[in-house]
Amino acid sequence: MNDILSRRKLKAEIFRIIATISTWSSIIILIILLGNIAWDGLSKVNWTFLNNFPSRFPHKAGIKAAIWGSIWMLALVAIIAVPIGVSAAIYLEEYAKKNKLSRFIEINIANLAGVPSIIYGILGLTIFVRFFQLDRSLLAGSLTMSLLILPVIIMAAREAIKAVPKSIRLGAFAVGATRWQTIQSHVLPAATPGIFTGVILAMSRAIGETAPLIMIGALTYVAFVPENINDPFTTLPIQIYNWVSRPQVEFHHLAAAGIIVLLVVLLTMNAAAILIRNRSLKKYKW
Amino acid sequence: MNNKIIIEAKNLTLRYGKHPAIRDCNIQILKNKVTAIIGPSGCGKSTLLRTFNRMNDFIDNFNIEGEVLFEGKVINHSDMDPVEIRKRIGMVFQKPNPFPKSIFDNIIWGPKINGFIGNQQELVENCLIDAGLFDEVKDRLNSSAMELSGGQQQRLCIARAIAMKPEVILMDEPASALDPKATMKIEELIKKLKKSYTIIIVTHNMQQAARISDNTAFLYEGELIEYGKTNSIFTKPDKQQTEDYITGRFG
Repeated sequence: MNDILSRRKLKAEIFRIIATISTWSSIIILIILLGNIAWDGLSKVNWTFLNNFPSRFPHKAGIKAAIWGSIWMLALVAIIAVPIGVSAAIYLEEYAKKNKLSRFIEINIANLAGVPSIIYGILGLTIFVRFFQLDRSLLAGSLTMSLLILPVIIMAAREAIKAVPKSIRLGAFAVGATRWQTIQSHVLPAATPGIFTGVILAMSRAIGETAPLIMIGALTYVAFVPENINDPFTTLPIQIYNWVSRPQVEFHHLAAAGIIVLLVVLLTMNAAAILIRNRSLKKYKW
Repeated sequence: MNNKIIIEAKNLTLRYGKHPAIRDCNIQILKNKVTAIIGPSGCGKSTLLRTFNRMNDFIDNFNIEGEVLFEGKVINHSDMDPVEIRKRIGMVFQKPNPFPKSIFDNIIWGPKINGFIGNQQELVENCLIDAGLFDEVKDRLNSSAMELSGGQQQRLCIARAIAMKPEVILMDEPASALDPKATMKIEELIKKLKKSYTIIIVTHNMQQAARISDNTAFLYEGELIEYGKTNSIFTKPDKQQTEDYITGRFG
């Protein structure tokens, strides 16, 4: 009897140790990685680096083109993907009848969110670059990236819309509101913080994606700031990838500096998302 | 019962999918009276109530046979705009459901979207006075309705319904989520409101029905068993089932 009990306790203890090691090992690896990058790149992050175009001389090379490319792309992606994604979510949650077709669409959107990004790159290459002849422009890249994050936005927006209690909608209908008045005045305002959080997280995915852009041919030497949506472009992760793939150690340090910039941008965006979520939790206690 | 009929159901059968929730119901609701619909859980009380302002439209595969007439006009056909009906037949729900906005906005929203162009402040204050809430909230009309207590929220929802100047107010167990004190306030309010409105109230609290209603309908398993003056239903019901229910033998 005592024997069994002690073995059970032993098992519990072993499991606790395994779980603890799993948690801490990933955190430690992350710290080592970040430390390594900081060690390599921190000294390179300065105004010259931020304000220079890429160059074959490491001491002159900078990420101005990449920063502006990323900003352009994010803005375009926001303009393209957010309205479509939010409208689709509203349609699925508020208008579409719950039948086999809508379930089929829902499942497929969830699947699309899990498709590897390189596939979107191939799609973008075929449709936007070749078929629509957009070439390796900002527009082609942004459209491809929009496709990539649309499922994420739709799912996040749907969750946010679904979280608005049904009783609020019924209350609005009961005073003679139309479907759209109800959505506009009650559902969307209450769902906006959630939608916003989802959008920011989707955008931070877009800013970090490299594969689809390489696929559509954005991996080129770009030594200018794009001026319109038909210009070729580069983005932060592509510039980093470019530097990492060079043999010289100096460029690796530049890559580390680029990673630091990208991380700062990403963490800022995620922090904003968390902040918005927490504030809305206080405002809407259903 | 020779009063004016405001809502009438004729041979009404309501189904969720194939399952009938109400079977062949005929009922006449009288104007400026409080009509209580009583019966055990799942007997179809709320379903019946929601057909009066087309709230069942939002339920997939709900279907309806027979007719519902509002002031002599059939309202359950698809060519009748449910929005128009809901302007004239307001509703108060089981759980208070104020909008997460200010007290003021809660009341003014309905009239505003329906083109109200009068004095907003006056309308809000009058509705709050009629709903017996004004004294409690007059200093904080712009604070959030979510900060009110449950009973206050429910009276706000009644004020919100009144603001539309409806002819009928449907109430779906309006006091079931409230404590006895708040319930008493709601009941007093209902008695007061019947001067200006027709009220149909669903309740499974029989004492409540006896206290506040003029007429009572007893539903059991989707059938209207008995309908008549509340006094006679509770003192000498015609049907055995009604007697069994009101004396607490089942339900």
